[in-house]
Amino acid sequence: MMQGLFDSFADDSVRHSLAAVLALAISAGPVGVFLMLRRMSLVGDAMSHAILPGVAIGFLAAGLNVFAMTMGGLTAGLIIALLAGAVSRATMLQEDASLAVFLLMSLALGIVIVTIKGVDIEQIMEFLFGETAAKMNADKLLVIAVNSTISTAALALIYRPLTLDCVDPGFLRAVSRSGGMAHLVFLALLVLNLISAFHALGTLLGISIIIIPAAVARFWTRDISVMIVLAMAGALVSGVVGVLFAHQAGIPSGPAITLVAGVLYAVSIALGPVGGLVWRIFPGRHLEA
Amino acid sequence: MTEQLRFRNLTLGYDRHPAVHHLDGAVRSGALMAVVGPNGAGKSTLFKGVVGAIKPLAGGIERNGVRPEDIAYLPQVAEIERNFPIAVYDMVAMGLWHRKGLLGGIGARDRHAIEHAIETVGLSGFEQRAIGTLSGGQMQRMLFARLLLQDARVIVLDEPFNAIDTKTCADLLVLVQRWHSEQRTVLSAMHDLELVKAHFPETLLLAREPVAWGATADVLTPDNMRKARHMCEAFDERAEACVVPEAV
Repeated sequence: MMQGLFDSFADDSVRHSLAAVLALAISAGPVGVFLMLRRMSLVGDAMSHAILPGVAIGFLAAGLNVFAMTMGGLTAGLIIALLAGAVSRATMLQEDASLAVFLLMSLALGIVIVTIKGVDIEQIMEFLFGETAAKMNADKLLVIAVNSTISTAALALIYRPLTLDCVDPGFLRAVSRSGGMAHLVFLALLVLNLISAFHALGTLLGISIIIIPAAVARFWTRDISVMIVLAMAGALVSGVVGVLFAHQAGIPSGPAITLVAGVLYAVSIALGPVGGLVWRIFPGRHLEA
Repeated sequence: MTEQLRFRNLTLGYDRHPAVHHLDGAVRSGALMAVVGPNGAGKSTLFKGVVGAIKPLAGGIERNGVRPEDIAYLPQVAEIERNFPIAVYDMVAMGLWHRKGLLGGIGARDRHAIEHAIETVGLSGFEQRAIGTLSGGQMQRMLFARLLLQDARVIVLDEPFNAIDTKTCADLLVLVQRWHSEQRTVLSAMHDLELVKAHFPETLLLAREPVAWGATADVLTPDNMRKARHMCEAFDERAEACVVPEAV
């Protein structure tokens, strides 16, 4: 067992994967927390499918080229995020409904493109579920590192309006015009992180390293800054354990990371001090008034 | 006394339906004014127009040198997402927005100002509590602390005294009186007419259309109150476009 672990660390691509999940955890943790607090978790899920046709077009143009697939996914994701955001702000349609429409059209288009290209089933599986850890490379790591750097810096910039837009939108509109801008930038950052997550976990499960750690963190604190740090830590633990597990067991990294995060979530539901089940079943004696 | 805000044939609303209809008049600098009227009368809408959160459907508001940062706004408590995981201290600190913007650091002097504001409203010891754990009265005290930090010339309060106990109400009224004595302009949406009579020299009675505006005793007459109640609250879905000769 220990020897196996040492072997894993000796593997170049495993080390690349570990660096990738570290970068991803730092940027995806806070994005996930804001997704959850804005009640957009499933919107994030929808967005992750919406980038599929862009990635497929990149794939169609250049084969399994990291940068082509990144640019394709980024372009498709940004177009859809901005269109959905604009449609919901300009019309009566709620953002989730408007996104759902774009997502479905986008997903259909993606399947058509991938089928026309005529890829084999193994490639499709890889595309959807993420490659095994053995296939992470320096190009993907570079893309993930750049995305994470941009995302972390930009989120720091919009942190105040984004927070205020959630908690007290009326006050924000009175003091600043930045609420709408913050929302659109946030959608763009979501797309960036989805692209990174796609490279590390595959399109189908990429969102899990964004969403699940945030849901985990919610069970442990009532303060947003602590919540963000915990979400980063949760994403990192899921990523590291998931990558090593995937390499040992010879399975794709996407499901491995997702399942580890799922275990953290189950533990948090059971034991988390904020609303965990144990504290409901055994609340203890009430306190002095 | 100089005019601070002037409403010129102001119509505000949603989806072309007016919620405030053809309002004319001026708020003097240093006025302490209650805005009274039934639910749906347009009080909140008027305030959203004053702070610039919505644009007029027609007419306009002249602000006579009042910049957006000179107006502090207390939204209705119902508009605040109480489950959001944010501490009282951070929420109050948002009152420094105009001086700090997106990235400005909170220095020692700012921290002192924040603590002082929290102490003034009687919430010392609650700094690190999540806002979701506050009672209704404590919530309103916290929002008043944020107003104190905003240090604005014009203060707009949307139903600040609803559903809070008499002690909290009295404490917050002291702050309102202090702002008045400091020559700040205070507009407050109110439902408790006894409070209005006791503390607000000037009143605007609104029921979508302005019913009366002036000294509180002259405005809150039984006759005016009956008029206000009779104005219908629902939108008329088949309303014709409103055509009124331009005010001169």
